[in-house]
Amino acid sequence: MEDYIHKRVDRIEFGFMSPKAIKEMASAKIVTPELYDKEGYPVDGGLMDIRLGVIDPGLKCKTCGSKLKECPGHFGYMELARPVVHIKFISLIYDLLRCTCRDCGRILIPKQKIDKCMEDLDHAELEGGLNARRDKIKEIIVELKTVNQCPYCKAKQFKIHLEKPTTFMEEEKKVSPIEVRMRLEKVPDDDLKVFGVNPAALRPEWTILTVMPIPSVTMRPSITLESGERSEDDLTHKLGDIVRINQRLFENINAGAPEIIIEDLWDLLQYHITTFFDNEVSQLPPARHRSGQPLKTLTARIKSKEGRIRHNLAGKRVNFSARTVISPDPKLEINEVGVPKIIAMKLTVPERVTEWNMEYLKQYVSRGPENYPGANYVIRPDGKRKRITSETKEQLLEEIQPGFIVERHLMDGDIAIFNRQPSLHRMSMMCHKIKVLPGLTFRLNPCVCEPYNADFDGDEMNLHIPQTEEARAEAEILMHVPTQIISPRYGLSIIGCNKDAQTGMFVLSKKDFKLTREEAIDLLSSIGITEFSRLPDKEIVTGRDVISVLLPKDFNFTGYSKKYKENKEDPDAIVKIEKGHLKSGVLDNANLGEGQGLLLRTIYKQYGPDFASEFLGRIFRLGNAVLAFTGFTTGIADIDVPSDIKQKIKDIIDQTYAEVDQLIKEYKEGTLETLPGRNMKETLELKILEKLNKARNRSGKIVADNANPDREIMVMIQSGGAGNLLNLAQMSACVGQQAMRGGRISKGYNKRTLSVFKKDDLSPAARGFIKEGFKDGLKPHELFFMSMTGRDSLMDTALRTPKSGYLYRRLANALQDLKIDNDFTVRDASNKIIQFMYGEDGVDVTKSENGRINVKRIIDKVLAED
Amino acid sequence: MARKKKTRSKEQIEIKNHVFVPKHEKCSEAEKKRVLEKYAADLKDFPKISINDPALYTLEAAPGDLIKITRESQTAGKTVFYRVVIEIQ
Repeated sequence: MEDYIHKRVDRIEFGFMSPKAIKEMASAKIVTPELYDKEGYPVDGGLMDIRLGVIDPGLKCKTCGSKLKECPGHFGYMELARPVVHIKFISLIYDLLRCTCRDCGRILIPKQKIDKCMEDLDHAELEGGLNARRDKIKEIIVELKTVNQCPYCKAKQFKIHLEKPTTFMEEEKKVSPIEVRMRLEKVPDDDLKVFGVNPAALRPEWTILTVMPIPSVTMRPSITLESGERSEDDLTHKLGDIVRINQRLFENINAGAPEIIIEDLWDLLQYHITTFFDNEVSQLPPARHRSGQPLKTLTARIKSKEGRIRHNLAGKRVNFSARTVISPDPKLEINEVGVPKIIAMKLTVPERVTEWNMEYLKQYVSRGPENYPGANYVIRPDGKRKRITSETKEQLLEEIQPGFIVERHLMDGDIAIFNRQPSLHRMSMMCHKIKVLPGLTFRLNPCVCEPYNADFDGDEMNLHIPQTEEARAEAEILMHVPTQIISPRYGLSIIGCNKDAQTGMFVLSKKDFKLTREEAIDLLSSIGITEFSRLPDKEIVTGRDVISVLLPKDFNFTGYSKKYKENKEDPDAIVKIEKGHLKSGVLDNANLGEGQGLLLRTIYKQYGPDFASEFLGRIFRLGNAVLAFTGFTTGIADIDVPSDIKQKIKDIIDQTYAEVDQLIKEYKEGTLETLPGRNMKETLELKILEKLNKARNRSGKIVADNANPDREIMVMIQSGGAGNLLNLAQMSACVGQQAMRGGRISKGYNKRTLSVFKKDDLSPAARGFIKEGFKDGLKPHELFFMSMTGRDSLMDTALRTPKSGYLYRRLANALQDLKIDNDFTVRDASNKIIQFMYGEDGVDVTKSENGRINVKRIIDKVLAED
Repeated sequence: MARKKKTRSKEQIEIKNHVFVPKHEKCSEAEKKRVLEKYAADLKDFPKISINDPALYTLEAAPGDLIKITRESQTAGKTVFYRVVIEIQ
């Protein structure tokens, strides 16, 4: 066993390095901008000095003696010819200059008030935390700006302002960094505390750089191009500029050059050092490559999405994962995922060799990476990972003994985590069991499309293979599909029966659906049922008998089908299950659907996740099997309308047109009565819109009322499996008004939408009303209006997605560490109370029925038990 | 021209009677102690309310007092919330 030394991070202190500390830490003094000599060897005292660390294989570090990848790199330093301001501390320097005396360096607060000030700060911190203290400091600074006499030495204070980015001006005169540094040196330690500066970690004069630390070569490695040429890192380029200008400044000062030249060089040095720290200072032109792209300097390495924090620290990349297109497979269980063989042979599961499974695992090794199911790697106890190839296979087979780990191919039943972005809720990542299949796509049961929000128009999904026992156990217990059937958002099933299966179950549960016992057995055995004793021993059985075979024997349930809303007296309206037998009611999507109905929730609650999942899988396959058994097709004839009905619809539309004409006439005469808060024009538009919508709804209703409920399209609509009444109305009767921004279409030419209309034509047809249905076909102008709204909504979704994504990111970040404490209060990471009772009622929605607790059901259940 | 500044009394700007304003009450010392104990929390862990908040005009609250707010809730019917009075802002 290895011995580990365990230590705990107590706190992290950030500070600033003094010039002395920089020199002590440095292992080389850098004096020349040259990188390599003629032989290509790093120059001593150059920026690639070998004392700063190794980046070439084979070389040893001159400072620590270790090789590549072992040497962490070492800092160097450079003496600056003239001091330079550190851009990141400009605001601190500015505050200090304005709030301290230019002569004696004391803070511009009289002695007797300082203590009071500190008290105020401590009080603010106690009340509102560190942020409140910082706000208070800002207030003090604002007050001090206007003081014009030092309370200590009575010296007159001048107005100082900052000429951005780095120049300080006092009464139109420039204050050089040397002068600034001298003033900052004079500020006593005690006065700094008022500004929130800890003098032990940061003396203000250190922010005026006199010595420049040179980062190690390991943090700015050069790349050798294919041509053998070396390409240096952006930081090295920038440092080269700094060293070059610095040397020139030195030479000019020593040669006694005129002050203007020195000033210019000094400014240039300031520019280079500023852009070295931050190349995106708003007042400075960014330093660029010869190609014109800006250099990536220190700040750019840390900041924003591509920076160290969000890209490398918060954004983790993983091995043992796969991504491909998804497609549906209704024959899979809902907790399965079909994985292409080619992926199953790339991803592996580590299995530890023991005495008992050695022969078994050797079989995998001997099959190797080419034959499925084989193995790709063998890991020896010392951690060496050996790839299995035809050459190494024999040797590895001999070598293998308990303690080795074999990385074998994926097989049926292995655990995987399946995910689709955007991962907006916990059901976006669920644990599935693997099923290796031919083909190149991931296959999933259509039932789990809803939680992933997936469809099959080219969506891709990711698969992850947990690599340890703990990870697998955790995934299976916490995120297995059966455990996720009930949504924590509304406490109903989010995974339910959909599409064809829904329609099939509806057909099967209809009252008059009959079939012979043989046919029933045929149906049931096709979905994997082999136990038929619960099927009535009769020549002819009903569809409800078939469904009852799947229900648990002691299951009682009362629910409402979609028909309940329209007509409570309908014999199919109330779904009643008694002792595992479906007595009445049809199973439409109000009971089996996603996000509604209590049937699945009740089964989940009573019989557990695994049974619910299996039950759902059976129901789903049974529905599909019924459709395959009875045959189910919808054709163009389904949306045919008898001619008398057609005439009725035409009459309604004609009548509406006449009414609209009347309205327009009134408007033009000015006799139209205006609605409160609207002008004449708005009133007209509103009234027309209302009339037209009414016409569409009325014709839609006529179609729905007269449609034959036994036609397939009506069956689909009634079951909730596909389509709705609006779709049907639009196909067979009238498409209706096309709306843009909540009103009728009014864009296009001057005072008209298309050139086929007269100017100021306000009639329905000229403003985007489509009186035709899809089946009869649209007129040219109607098609044009339809295309307009089609494009508009396409644009709308394309523009809204990134907006809502960012909104969600902010929300998730704001809420990320809220938790429910064990006294039901919601608290944040610092234990501050956000809510005194979770959701104000303390209800765990997952364990409720649509957010409520059904007391009646509980009482009924308790009474039934007696 | 100096015009007389119109001032309203606290009673005149009392907003507590408005239907949208939930009931605000000042907790007694005993109640405050009980609440602090119940939630095992410090006063600084509680949500805050500014002393200048209009709802406090006639309550004569001082910084550090605990205000009990009884709200209508969509989920729970009635719900109790506490805020501690603070000086700043």
